[in-house]
Amino acid sequence: MAFATSRAEASKGGFRLSMLIYDTRFRAITLQVVALILFLLFIGWLTDNVIRNLDAKGKDINFGFLWVRAGYDIEQTLIPYTNDSSHGRAVIIGLLNTLVVAFFGCILATVIGVIVGVLRLSNNWLISRLMTIYVEIFRNVPLLLWILLTFVVISETMPAPAAFKITPAILESRAALEGIEAQAGGNGFWSRITGLQTLSLPFFLWLLALIGISASAWQYARSRLDAGKAALIAAIPAVLWIVAALTVFSPSLSPVLADSEASAIGPTEPAASKFFFDSIALTNRGTNVPAPLLDRPLGGTEIVSVPVNYSVLAVIAVIIVSVLANRSVIRRANKLQETTGTRPTTWWISLLILFLPLILLLVALGLHWEVPAFPVNDEGVSQGFNFRGGIQVMHSFTALLIALSLYTSAFIAEIVRAGIQAISRGQSEAAAALGLRPGRTMKLVILPQALRVIIPPLISQYLNLTKNTSLGIAVSYLDLRGTLGGITLNQTGRELECMLLMMLIYLTISLIISSGMNAFNSAVKLKER
Amino acid sequence: MTTAQKQLQIPGEIAIEIRKMNKWYGQFHVLRDIDLTVARGERIVICGPSGSGKSTMIRCINRLEEHQSGDIIVDGTELTNDLKNIDKVRSEVGMVFQHFNLFPHLTILENCTLAPIWVRKIPKKQAEETAMHFLTKVKIPDQALKYPGQLSGGQQQRVAIARSLCMRPRIMLFDEPTSALDPEMIKEVLDTMIELAEEGMTMLCVTHEMGFAQAVANRVVFMDQGQIVEQNAPKEFFSNPQSERTKLFLSQILGH
Ligand SMILES: Nc1ncnc2c1ncn2[C@@H]1O[C@H](COP(=O)(O)OP(=O)(O)OP(=O)(O)O)[C@@H](O)[C@H]1O
Ligand SMILES: [Mg+2]
Repeated sequence: MAFATSRAEASKGGFRLSMLIYDTRFRAITLQVVALILFLLFIGWLTDNVIRNLDAKGKDINFGFLWVRAGYDIEQTLIPYTNDSSHGRAVIIGLLNTLVVAFFGCILATVIGVIVGVLRLSNNWLISRLMTIYVEIFRNVPLLLWILLTFVVISETMPAPAAFKITPAILESRAALEGIEAQAGGNGFWSRITGLQTLSLPFFLWLLALIGISASAWQYARSRLDAGKAALIAAIPAVLWIVAALTVFSPSLSPVLADSEASAIGPTEPAASKFFFDSIALTNRGTNVPAPLLDRPLGGTEIVSVPVNYSVLAVIAVIIVSVLANRSVIRRANKLQETTGTRPTTWWISLLILFLPLILLLVALGLHWEVPAFPVNDEGVSQGFNFRGGIQVMHSFTALLIALSLYTSAFIAEIVRAGIQAISRGQSEAAAALGLRPGRTMKLVILPQALRVIIPPLISQYLNLTKNTSLGIAVSYLDLRGTLGGITLNQTGRELECMLLMMLIYLTISLIISSGMNAFNSAVKLKER
Repeated sequence: MTTAQKQLQIPGEIAIEIRKMNKWYGQFHVLRDIDLTVARGERIVICGPSGSGKSTMIRCINRLEEHQSGDIIVDGTELTNDLKNIDKVRSEVGMVFQHFNLFPHLTILENCTLAPIWVRKIPKKQAEETAMHFLTKVKIPDQALKYPGQLSGGQQQRVAIARSLCMRPRIMLFDEPTSALDPEMIKEVLDTMIELAEEGMTMLCVTHEMGFAQAVANRVVFMDQGQIVEQNAPKEFFSNPQSERTKLFLSQILGH
């Protein structure tokens, strides 16, 4: 309508050339056309210049090198690769390495960032101050330093794989200890409790931490739950800490042994031991984690030389179906609430739907874990120089992931805090006056408004994290920058091609992330103000 | 206490009872020994100079602020740290704020149904019917599907009143409901409040609209420096103030 009338008016007055500049209806278009022409001229001049210079040096633009043998090794690869593979495949390996860090980094940074950001608003003085310190430390030191520091710390402080070995000397000590224990009547659970080293400084610190954490949990829970539930929540850290105390502070030797006897026997365990039920080993070479193996795999195929694993596809499919099924359960709960007012309890149905099919599928596929371990000979003495089995995750990956996540989480925490604070106190007061509890208020009133403020800067942080993965070069993590923009570039001398390709790939990743997040943003944004 | 305080006869059932209530903000003693009893159906206007603690006092009644000593009993429920009691009191006491505090991301209708659905667990359909009933009562049923940002200040405040009424409260608190409004909008909000008063709602209203006080209040409570200095029936209060501070205050607000 408005457009049509303005057209009619324009034709009424007749068109003069000066209107292109002075008439608000044409001015914007004129300026854009001029800018576009200037921009195209500039690009044309650049391209022409590059081609002339390349010509003068006798070089051409040619991506044929991507099919040539790469000839270099990559430590960590998600899909099979040898130095006989092509440069193109090395690029894909690098891209996957970039994506895997970016993906887990974004998730980790978001989880930590949201927790830190919310806790920074806590009424608990100690907690909010600690979170402030966290944010300030991580965002005020350059990321490159964090990556290097993390790398140095984890690779320097970890023991060599040899420290995990069971030597003949250890076996001898064990035999000696067993003899003494058999005489003394065993080393049971009670001797662990009576043997608690309650007078030591670590035990005192542990007790302080226990009281602090339980009190904070109590204070936090009490502000939103009734006394019974709050006590239950406060008890959880207490129980965990007691279990930790029994394992950490009880002497590994039976208390019936005097110190002199114990030292005469010698160590009965290797100098270093694995974590998490004896499954994860941290060494100075890398982190050895269990590898998932399938007894009855579904097989796979190759598409454009990228392997496709049917078992993995099946797992993904089951997860997607479960999530969709769960959404329909939630939708039904909403419907029921609309018609009857009461909302059915759905959390256990959701849990069942989300996890049962997945567990059944994994059982059907015969999932088991191959734990990294040293092979042992008949006497039980460890053989070899490093762990066998499992997956060795390089420290370069771990360091890059940890440093990137912690660094970015500091920024995300600030974004989350700002987003929540941008919502006026009046909103939560009005909700409280209507009888809504704090949790509901957060979900129904604060978050829907805060997300609108949080998401745009959050997109920038995800893009930053993704691009910052290229700093992995500092710890020799071979991502896209390390393969395509590093070794491949140096070996082939195709600087221009490599740089163009790399820019194109980063640009594509960034555009995919930001368009996805923008779609999410327009789904949650306020319809009217 | 130096001023003569006339002990008023409180008729009927007691809705709110405040006894020797004190509150501090850190070192600052905001409320001193507040004693106030409100009968069911009574309309009370609270006035006093800025910073005298009027808002703080009525916000203590639905525990938006915590008092440190003394008792507050609302409809037989004492306000303590017990969340169950707080929930109970809040579901019976409605509150209207100076700056409306509507939820900008929800439509007018959703603003009115949010708490009934999630707190009272009323089916959506029924909650919407109730909401439309009260929106009709405050004379804006045609705005139900708009967002708060699209309404005038007076309309927003009437929505805020309707939103509170949807919880079917037995007591309503108003904290300067008209002082953020232009003069021509003040009347439409006051009319709504007068209508509510005529239906017998128990009301506590912080306001400087003395015309409203004279028209509907059973009692005017005057506060200064965190104390209730004087309380009296409106006629007596305006024609024959007891304390010097009341006289000074009345000469200031009625003077201009
Ligand atoms: N959160 C707070 N922290 C510290 N002091 C506060 C806080 N809220 C209010 N006060 C102080 O308490 C006193 C009473 O405040 P209150 O808002 O109750 O006054 P009021 O009578 O409602 O004033 P007005 O008419 O300006 O709204 C004021 O001196 C104010 O500065
Ligand atoms: Mg006030």
